Amino acid sequence: MGKTFNPKITAFLCKWCSYTGADLAGTSRLQYPTAIIPIKVMCSSRVDPVFLIRAFLKGADGVLIGGCHPGDCHYESGNYHTRRRFAILQSIFDSLNLEKDRLRLSWISASEGPKFARVCNEFTDKIQKMGPNPTRKNMFI
Amino acid sequence: MVKALREEVKRLFEEKKVDLVIGWGKGSLPMTATPIFINKAEDAERLIWDETCSNNLAVYLTKDKRQLVKTDQKIGIVVKGCDGRSLVLYAVENQIQRENLVIIGVPCAGVIDKKKVLKHIEGKEVLSASFEADRMTVEGRGFKTEIAKCDVLSDSCLNCNHPNAPVFDVFIGEPRKSDSVEDVYPDVEAFEKLDSEARWKTMVEAYSKCIRCYACRNVCPSCYCTECFVDQNDPQWIGKSPEITDTLIFHLGRNLHVAGRCVECGACERACPADIDLLKLNRKISKEILERFNFTAGLDINEKPALASFCENEKQDFIMG
Ligand code: SF4
Ligand code: SF4
Ligand code: FES
Repeated sequence: MGKTFNPKITAFLCKWCSYTGADLAGTSRLQYPTAIIPIKVMCSSRVDPVFLIRAFLKGADGVLIGGCHPGDCHYESGNYHTRRRFAILQSIFDSLNLEKDRLRLSWISASEGPKFARVCNEFTDKIQKMGPNPTRKNMFI
Repeated sequence: MVKALREEVKRLFEEKKVDLVIGWGKGSLPMTATPIFINKAEDAERLIWDETCSNNLAVYLTKDKRQLVKTDQKIGIVVKGCDGRSLVLYAVENQIQRENLVIIGVPCAGVIDKKKVLKHIEGKEVLSASFEADRMTVEGRGFKTEIAKCDVLSDSCLNCNHPNAPVFDVFIGEPRKSDSVEDVYPDVEAFEKLDSEARWKTMVEAYSKCIRCYACRNVCPSCYCTECFVDQNDPQWIGKSPEITDTLIFHLGRNLHVAGRCVECGACERACPADIDLLKLNRKISKEILERFNFTAGLDINEKPALASFCENEKQDFIMG
């Protein structure tokens, strides 16, 4: 009883922008929640839908993808592809009654340390309010 | 029709236009057709074309048969509408050399789903089956039943708007009228109307039956990776046993991998031994892609699949900060 809920948020961050942004947040000594578990990927488009689905169904309370701003992707168009994929993934989550708000895509550049910290704080607050990911429980009917 | 097909194939061999033809032949059981590979003119006699020719033959151009396409062999392939769309997809994704392929189109009025026939006659053993225009007759020990064809058509054929291959070199008979169906996704709409909990429940219930035989993936023309993520073990994405979490990862992952590439041929659903409604989610995604990106897979040989292309200024309302 009364056990506090410590959310776990898997964050896939692209090496060139968001991960560097996270680094900047760190070196600028900005606080962001320990709920965030960063995973470095070479580009936001490297995040195969399977990564996301697996993280989510295996119990992550939230999944964040961080990529470069449109037009700034190191590989030119990776993030545009991520964007389309993410749109479809969210709509499928929605149609299966999985909470699509537990998925988040944000554009964070290498110089946006404060933004990184803000996104992480906001997202963690939101997940904290939503409570633990209920999907695993609902899987056995 | 079959006669014209056989003659055409014979002619192709005689004129040395092809070295190999992939088509359908009579299966060893009633109501089945089997893929056949013909390499000489005489064998054209074995070809058939009817309501039982349900396999999507395009798979034989990739998968284990990948070697075939790499050589300079000229391959002829008999295709109905959806198989033809798979070929368009392959051409767009650089899986085939179009100039090495002779596409032989046949007009398709829908193929039957054998599982539906068996349900209709409560699992009795069928010894022979024959087809007329809009009905079929099945016969077995002590029974003979007539069934309306529309009751046993594969789900994928019910609202099909593309009965002819979009790209072909020769066409046998008259192409059927395409784009005649107005309401293409009534099944998806019905699913969308369910309340959200019911949608989750239906899908989990359906997928719980999955025994993870991977037949659906193996027959799928759009699943041609040499190594599928479900087979990798370093890293291992999903466990080997049919546990529901892993099963859902498999299915949702596959849905997303074929998103914008699925030609809705229904091969997955017909192959499934657990009788799972696999088309539903695939078609839901196709509908979503059509609405969002105005794209249908396998129609235009010059257009990239929706999720492999982009538009710089499109809506990104779902992106937060
Ligand atoms: S997912 Fe099913 S319907 Fe879609 S292309 Fe593959 S086999 Fe055909
Ligand atoms: S064919 Fe059916 S049982 Fe086999 S893996 Fe696919 S969904 Fe599961
Ligand atoms: S490199 Fe950052 S999104 Fe592609």
